[in-house]
Amino acid sequence: MFEDGIGRSLRGLMAAVSVAAVALVPTIAHAQAKEQYFGIPSYRVGAFAAGGTGFFGGIIDYLQYVNMKEGGVNGVQMVWAECETEYNAARGVECYQRLLKRGDQQMHIFEPLATPIAYGVLNRVDDDKVVLTQYGYGRSDAADGRVFPWVFSTMTSYWSQISAKLNWIATKEGGIDKLKGKKIAHLYLDSAFGREPLPVMRRLAKDWGFELVEIPVAAPGIEQQAQWLRVRQERPDWITLWGFGAGMNSTAITSAARVNFPREKMVGVWWAGSEEDVLPAGDAAKGYFAAANVPSGKNFPLVQDIEKVVYGGGKGNLSDPKRIGNIYWNRGVTAGIFWVEAVRNGQRIANKRGQTLNGDEMRAGFEALDLSPARLKALGIEGMLPSFKLSCSDHEGSGSIKIIQWDGAKWNIVTPEWVSSDRKMIREMVEESAAKYAAEQKITPRKC
Amino acid sequence: MAGFQFFVEVLVTGLLSGVMYALVALGFVLIYKASGVFNFAQGAMVFFAALSFVGFMELGAPFWLALLLTIGLMALLGMGIERFVLRPLVNQHEITLLMATIGLTFIIEGLAQLVWGVEVRRLDLGIKDQPLPWLADNTGLFISQIDIFAAVVAGILVATLALVFSRTKVGRALRAVADDHAAALSIGIPLKRIWALVWAIAGVVALVAGMLWGARSGVQFALVFVALKALPVLIIGGFTSVPGVIVAGLIVGAAEKLAEVYIGPSVGGGIESWFPYVLAILFLLVRPEGLFGEKIIRRV
Amino acid sequence: MFYREAGQFHTNYGQDSQIFPLRQDRFAILTLLAVAAVVVPYLASDYWLKGLLIPWLIFSLVALGQNILTGYAGQLSLGSAGFMAVGAFACYNFMLRVDGMPFLVAVVLSGLCAAAVGMAFGLPSLRIRGLYLAVATLAAQFFIVWALDKFGWFKNDDPSGVITAQPIVILGHLFDTAQEKYLVVLGIVASLALLAKNMARGATGRAWMAVRDMDVAAEVMGLPLMRTKLQAFAISSFYCGVGGALFAFAYLGTVEPSAFTIDLSFRILFMIIIGGVGTILGSFLGAGFILLLPIFLSVLFHAVLGKAVDASVTSAVELIVFGALIIIFLIVEPHGLARMWQLTKERLRLWPFPH
Repeated sequence: MFEDGIGRSLRGLMAAVSVAAVALVPTIAHAQAKEQYFGIPSYRVGAFAAGGTGFFGGIIDYLQYVNMKEGGVNGVQMVWAECETEYNAARGVECYQRLLKRGDQQMHIFEPLATPIAYGVLNRVDDDKVVLTQYGYGRSDAADGRVFPWVFSTMTSYWSQISAKLNWIATKEGGIDKLKGKKIAHLYLDSAFGREPLPVMRRLAKDWGFELVEIPVAAPGIEQQAQWLRVRQERPDWITLWGFGAGMNSTAITSAARVNFPREKMVGVWWAGSEEDVLPAGDAAKGYFAAANVPSGKNFPLVQDIEKVVYGGGKGNLSDPKRIGNIYWNRGVTAGIFWVEAVRNGQRIANKRGQTLNGDEMRAGFEALDLSPARLKALGIEGMLPSFKLSCSDHEGSGSIKIIQWDGAKWNIVTPEWVSSDRKMIREMVEESAAKYAAEQKITPRKC
Repeated sequence: MAGFQFFVEVLVTGLLSGVMYALVALGFVLIYKASGVFNFAQGAMVFFAALSFVGFMELGAPFWLALLLTIGLMALLGMGIERFVLRPLVNQHEITLLMATIGLTFIIEGLAQLVWGVEVRRLDLGIKDQPLPWLADNTGLFISQIDIFAAVVAGILVATLALVFSRTKVGRALRAVADDHAAALSIGIPLKRIWALVWAIAGVVALVAGMLWGARSGVQFALVFVALKALPVLIIGGFTSVPGVIVAGLIVGAAEKLAEVYIGPSVGGGIESWFPYVLAILFLLVRPEGLFGEKIIRRV
Repeated sequence: MFYREAGQFHTNYGQDSQIFPLRQDRFAILTLLAVAAVVVPYLASDYWLKGLLIPWLIFSLVALGQNILTGYAGQLSLGSAGFMAVGAFACYNFMLRVDGMPFLVAVVLSGLCAAAVGMAFGLPSLRIRGLYLAVATLAAQFFIVWALDKFGWFKNDDPSGVITAQPIVILGHLFDTAQEKYLVVLGIVASLALLAKNMARGATGRAWMAVRDMDVAAEVMGLPLMRTKLQAFAISSFYCGVGGALFAFAYLGTVEPSAFTIDLSFRILFMIIIGGVGTILGSFLGAGFILLLPIFLSVLFHAVLGKAVDASVTSAVELIVFGALIIIFLIVEPHGLARMWQLTKERLRLWPFPH
């Protein structure tokens, strides 16, 4: 049927496409001097696209803001290129390689917002001199900058988050001693991500005397009947929900409603605490708590200014401006702030004001991140981030969270002060785990 | 909670979950029965249908108008698929057709996200996802109202389809086409129209499934994964049997939930991802074409 | 004109049964291998090596495994990603727990582990056929990933649930630059491909094809059906396992069990369908196509649409075009790229004459 005519020309087309593919692949435009180039491995399609578009949109909006409002950092414009990873390890690694070099410039910060991709590039960042940030996810032990010189778990790792969350639950119960004999269920996505907080929880269960029930949910988690029947049987006092993807999270909330489990006794991880996660559940989500490393809302001077300057100037990245102030977008903005502050610090430390930074200088700038209360106020984000300082050995920062509660229409901040984790215990666990990793991989930790 | 009462609750919940799986599997069966194609795009169709429905409602259409518009859209999609994908691939190997439907999955997913965006949406069917009060009060069993509604809808749908396939002229034509495309063509059955019709019906079934799943879990991308839940149902019931789908759905749903609750904790839990498939293999070892599937006659 | 076959006589059975009977073909393949081994590592950029060539070779190997099972033996299987996972984790564990284990030995052992698992999950194929078997093999996929994920022993109780591949050391030399890793992968893939080609050409391959075409008749003729089918599963899983080990060691470096998704299994099936079912060359061509096409689309759309269009739109359009191209491809050439190449070669043999 397709032997002649159309068939032949279509085949010719296929051949041409294949040849062109080979030729066209390594073309990304040249970068100019006086520019700092960032590679952005975004995901805008697929199961997590709702969060991805918000987060990466926030980063881009902030970079755009810095360019428009201040003309860049000391005159150096922020430029970036995007690459679709589809939250997939192989695509993410290819994006990393593709985004790595742009003409004579190289990217020096990589934030994939995806555990599989972060792990896929973990072994490359040392040689390529790229700062790998894991914004509130990934390896908790990467907080130890001596073993992971190029990996940063800013802001607040999973271990710190669960410790802080349990601290808050304890205060709600009236004190740690009141937790003795109580039951806390950990309902989690059956993956490395879901199991991450368990070491901390098991230890605290022993120390504080509460009973820990572990209930895994098979991916993708849109069917949780069996798990919630177990909840009915166990009757826990609290549930920590560790889900990812709106499917699992909203199903958890509606399932809780079906078995009449009070939503006020559920505290979700921040990947279960965004608008996208609770909206599909409707009224069932009222009263549900979640942890936040960055609260939502537009009543921060910076957010309002971005709306005015960037969106007013028609250069906003979100296709729906109503999402300004949503949690993922706010997170993205703060990620952008870290990058720009790193550039600022790096230029100051290396005495290269107004010039492009290389990898070591960018890392030095990142390690010098010092968000004091005064600096937060100057940036216009007071209350949006805790005040923290990074260092050579501490790549995590604050380890504090805020607890937010959904009221049916928006997230309200329940803890005006930042709830902190047990810094000493977590750091001890981090160093132990990092040392084990270093021994296994035969890495010599650097001196700090 | 009393041991037996809990067991009953797990069982009933499982059966009702199974009905939800069966709804999705129904679309697969329809298309396979009539065109011999294993439509991997069914999950994407469920997603697309649900998304279009809420999309139309968001644009201002009332419930019934949105429903009609979506049915129309799915019918159009079905006709388009028949014209551009199936017709050029007539009588190709079943693997090729399977691959074509997977390619279709990408197209439909991309189209859905392009046209309607990637935000997560609520679907409100007006039925609360709460336990049925009188049941909860009298027997202490928590069975959600949506689940019961879904079971009723599924029952009606399956009964209607089974009747259509076995009693009507169109149904006979569909079965003839499923048996052998070329032979059906040669005796004068309008192949193209039949295929378009079947894909349109499958689209409507996808819409029903999408609406019910969407009411439970929200309308977002994860809906495409319901197809993976339906596959074990298909194997156990047989690819070609409409009543088989319901029976198999009940089996899979109940077994899965019971296993997760009673066996799960001793192996660490989370066994729902593979248990239905292993169960399906066990069934197949006894009946290689599924419980109600047509026996494949192999000529040597 | 290129193929001057006149004058090439075969004077013994050895020459007659060569893989490449024509001198021009032998020359071409040797040149290709020489270029791949010597020229490419020097000229190719890091991006090409790390981002394209190494994954292409690895996926070609896995596609080869899949082709052996589905293309030659006719057993439709969707568990290839699961067997890759077995290979990856087995290799890690062998290198970790056995002191001084050479890398290549670990790779072979991990392939054997994957083969054993493959045989276990291949047992249903003795009773189940066709699409039912395909869905049944999904059980392998899900179970393997669940087991690797659930039991910390496989990952040496890593708190993040990942394995970090050890450095590749062969005969005392450390292979850690992109070029060196590429050469290791090239060596392994080329030798395994040669092995596969010879298996496919020989009695083993003929047995598989008999099972594929009409297994009842094959059994009647005296072919041991169970042994042949299980052998196909074993060899196919071996290839997938070795591919998985290389995936973890030479490509990603750090890998978690949930990286081996059903999506990956589908992609591998795609590769062999588009490349050409039942051919060795098809595995390579298909892997290249499926790997390169999304990248090409992505670069094209970013270049053409650029900042003018919202990046989400671009991503969605990439997805649509990818699906459409696959369907168009299946319509135009259902036998895949290998057949297109074969037709081209036939034409080249006659060119410039029409027949």
